[in-house]
Amino acid sequence: MTVSLRIFFIGGLTAYRALINWLSPWIFVPTLVVAPIFQILLFVYIGRNAGVQSDEFFVVGNAVQYASIPCLFSMTNAIAGERSQQTLMYILVTPAGRLPLFLGRALPVIANAMFVAAFSLFVSGALLHIDVPFSAWGPIALVIFVSTFSCTGLGLICAGIALRVRETAVLNNIIFGLLLIFTGANVDIDELPGWMQAISERVPLTHGIQAARQVANGAPLGDVRGLLATEAVIGVAYTIVGYLLLRFLERESRKRASVQIA
Amino acid sequence: MRRTLRLLSVSWLLHVKQLSRSSFDGLLAILWPIFFATVAFFMFRAGGDPDALVYASLGAAVMGIWTATSVSAGSALQRERWFGTLELLVAAPAHFSLVLLPLAFATSAIGIYCMATTLLWGRFAFGIDIAFEQPLLLALAIPATILSIGALGFLMGVSFARYRAAWSLGAMTEYPIWLICGFLVPLSLLPGWVHPISWALAPTWGMQAIRESATGGSPLPDVGMCFFLGGIYVAIGVLVTESVLRSARASASLSLT
Repeated sequence: MTVSLRIFFIGGLTAYRALINWLSPWIFVPTLVVAPIFQILLFVYIGRNAGVQSDEFFVVGNAVQYASIPCLFSMTNAIAGERSQQTLMYILVTPAGRLPLFLGRALPVIANAMFVAAFSLFVSGALLHIDVPFSAWGPIALVIFVSTFSCTGLGLICAGIALRVRETAVLNNIIFGLLLIFTGANVDIDELPGWMQAISERVPLTHGIQAARQVANGAPLGDVRGLLATEAVIGVAYTIVGYLLLRFLERESRKRASVQIA
Repeated sequence: MRRTLRLLSVSWLLHVKQLSRSSFDGLLAILWPIFFATVAFFMFRAGGDPDALVYASLGAAVMGIWTATSVSAGSALQRERWFGTLELLVAAPAHFSLVLLPLAFATSAIGIYCMATTLLWGRFAFGIDIAFEQPLLLALAIPATILSIGALGFLMGVSFARYRAAWSLGAMTEYPIWLICGFLVPLSLLPGWVHPISWALAPTWGMQAIRESATGGSPLPDVGMCFFLGGIYVAIGVLVTESVLRSARASASLSLT
């Protein structure tokens, strides 16, 4: 138990520092501080031009949706980064439990994604004079936490796929683009065709974004507990699928001797 | 002169081939604007104005040219540095600008794929039918836009030479250019202080040229502005190249290691 906790916390932090060392301020600021604010401004102005929704709708939706960038990229890098540093095979032959090994890497990712979402929400809200009550920030933080956890589950699936796919940057960008369409960050889910709505209901962030919008409008946390619970269940489901996929593809990679060359 | 033209054309073709085979610079550059176009189409469709969908379709198509250019051209030197070929290219007898220019133009030329796929996506997935009123002028406006955007990519590429993570700066410029160059939002909706910045950016004029030629207006002044601004970007880029290379040689920092 102690070993598992050590692998989860210390191993997770060490792996994050080792694998995400490329995320220096020179990359962090342009991609995770400036870019989300301009994504929000872009959709706010498109919304104004199209005459749909309020500024707040786009600010909250895009701030939460942009958290998917660190969730997807950092989790995938937990595999792709090990491979590029030639250490993946050593990780996969260790007797360490896979659950703390992989989930430990998710914890710093969630913290990073929470910062990205909260910062872009705060700054773009200030720029566009969005009035979020002070009392709403606590519940918003909780909503962002659940949403980033849920999206990190999707990141874990991408990490599993990264055992078989070389072009992880392409994969993550495509998933980010799909989340942009399906999570309702910019388009009310009701405006989407039925089959798209069915997918929206089953992807991470959709319910988190809806909850964040309600909470930012002053709704108490109790009013969004159903949405939060759904988001959390989706997160747990994706995490389980991601973990099983990682184990399955780990075995397959050993069988095919493709750990390092996939 | 012939040697220069040959260098430019052969190098351009080589880079177009390379980029076309790259899943990041080719496939993703095509898919990426389609995601944003899809969202924009849903938003404009919810707005209920059919003309706005045509506006959005043309804008989303040109967005792709900038997408293809911003990261790839912005990080051109960084990529050569990774390949280990930067020093060789700098040491080549041809001026380094002549080596970099075709690469920048190749990245924006990839935008043709993005433009075509976005227009087709709008046509078949959303039923947006654009009657191109002046195809000949459109045939002039598109290359003018591509060349001017390529020239801006060239200027970015040399300006980011000393920045290790040049790709992140290129990526950072994607949304701002989409926003302030009038691709999906008319300039009149943006604050007044943004307008001079928009006018100094060739994609603004390229977008206008394509819209004017598609809708039966007069695109020639906008095409002229594309060439004018493109020429200025190239001239500044050549001067920046001289300065950057002199500085990198003096401080032995070309490889940034």
